[in-house]
Amino acid sequence: MWLLFYKVWLRNARVWRKHVWASLIGNLGQPFLFLLAMGFGLGRQILQIEGVTYLQFIGPGLVASAVMYSSSFETMYGSYTRLTTQRTYEAILMTPVSVEELALGEIIWAATKGIISGLIMLAALPLFGLIPSPWILALIPMLFLEGILFASLGLIMTALASDYEFFNYFTSLFITPLFLFSGIFFSISAMNPVIQKISLALPLTHAVNLSRMLCYGRIGPDWLIHSLVIVALSVFCAWVAIVLIRRRLIL
Amino acid sequence: MAVKDLDLCIYPGECLGLLGPNGAGKTTTIHMLLGLVRSTSGKISVFGESIPERLKQIKLRIGVVPQGDNLDPDLTVFENLLVYAAYFGIDRSTARKRADDLLGFFALKNRSNEIIQHLSGGQRRRLLLSRALINAPELLILDEPTIGLDPQARHLIWERLEDLRSQGTTMLLTSHYMDEVSRLTNRVLILDEGKIVAQGNPGEMVADMMGSEVFEVADSQEKLDALEETLRSCKVDIESVADRLFIYAHEPCTELETMAISLRHVNKRPANLEDLFLKLTGRTLREN
Repeated sequence: MWLLFYKVWLRNARVWRKHVWASLIGNLGQPFLFLLAMGFGLGRQILQIEGVTYLQFIGPGLVASAVMYSSSFETMYGSYTRLTTQRTYEAILMTPVSVEELALGEIIWAATKGIISGLIMLAALPLFGLIPSPWILALIPMLFLEGILFASLGLIMTALASDYEFFNYFTSLFITPLFLFSGIFFSISAMNPVIQKISLALPLTHAVNLSRMLCYGRIGPDWLIHSLVIVALSVFCAWVAIVLIRRRLIL
Repeated sequence: MAVKDLDLCIYPGECLGLLGPNGAGKTTTIHMLLGLVRSTSGKISVFGESIPERLKQIKLRIGVVPQGDNLDPDLTVFENLLVYAAYFGIDRSTARKRADDLLGFFALKNRSNEIIQHLSGGQRRRLLLSRALINAPELLILDEPTIGLDPQARHLIWERLEDLRSQGTTMLLTSHYMDEVSRLTNRVLILDEGKIVAQGNPGEMVADMMGSEVFEVADSQEKLDALEETLRSCKVDIESVADRLFIYAHEPCTELETMAISLRHVNKRPANLEDLFLKLTGRTLREN
């Protein structure tokens, strides 16, 4: 019943292969620049943080944020273009592909783009003095789920959007704050308890913490709660996204 | 509510024309057949299977040429067909073969690797038709298939559609071009404001309701009034539009023939589907 989502995924993968370099630079340029500026710039003035160098500290968090950016931007700008100007969704819905399969295919594709960015960032960590532990094998599926989560949030925005400007709300009020306040650039455990609580309400915090644990191979007691939050949120948001896309496309 | 009390039946092998002014409910009807618009009441079944329960199985057997161009601009001409075939679960080698044949059939073979932006309007329409046929559909839905095309492109498309009809493909056609409808369909259904106002064979309907000949007369109001007076004894329908009279003759009438010779601005022609359409749906502009 839901199998044709794979054909939607394949269509997007085929198009992506044509613009692979532009796409990768678009998705990875920003985290790499942060790694350079914060790590080499700011990092020289900070000796150690949680027992590692500043570069080693921010690396795992930037892996998680690269997944967030790639996935959510694909289902905002990419999906919205296919929904409106290109009318790709209209064409697909004239075939046996159902609207649920279409939405699922878009989400899984965007999560795939997310995981590609995440894997490249992981592979680049040694350049910044961090040799990841074998535990990153367990991180990969979690990054994929994180991708599902942010792809679904992006698709929810697309289902609600009336123009491209609408995405500015989501990017400025949600994605950018998550990037800055999810513990990528500073240690949350050093903050006061109220800020610690707020930070745990941000979905990216859980991905950042998991990424840090698994990259360093230092598994803390919170791994289960972080994982459960990501699993639950990704499933819930994907469901909401599918419902809203159906509502937008089927009258 | 876009359509109401619509009782529509398409028989295998026929080409049914769905006519109506803008907003009459043609596209809504098509979208209901595709499950894109849900009906609030009533029953829809295609190939004897009901919508929405069996929508997936039904859509495997339908091809659609949409009103607007929704070709995939990220893909080439050939890729558009291959990717579309994949949505129907058609295996790669069958898809390649069919895509090749269809591009040949629609004279697009030399454009195979072109990107969509470089195609002309006529080429895009032909590609939309090729794409609609990639699953070898039993029912082909054509929503204004030649809109905005030059005469050469329209004639090529008509010839291909006639080929398909003779091969037994069932078609549902909407169009605002009455010449197209007369040429392709064997039955039409005229919709207005979501309801059927007439249906039947186009030629027979025109003969029954409009008669065989139309006289279009343009002249001063006085002369037209005088003319109307002299035609009292004839069996004709007269319609007055701006400074023009449309006279529909149901049987031969000598006064009319005399007039046709004496007046200068007279155009005598066979009655057609457009006359019938305007009679049934009126001459008022329809703007949504």
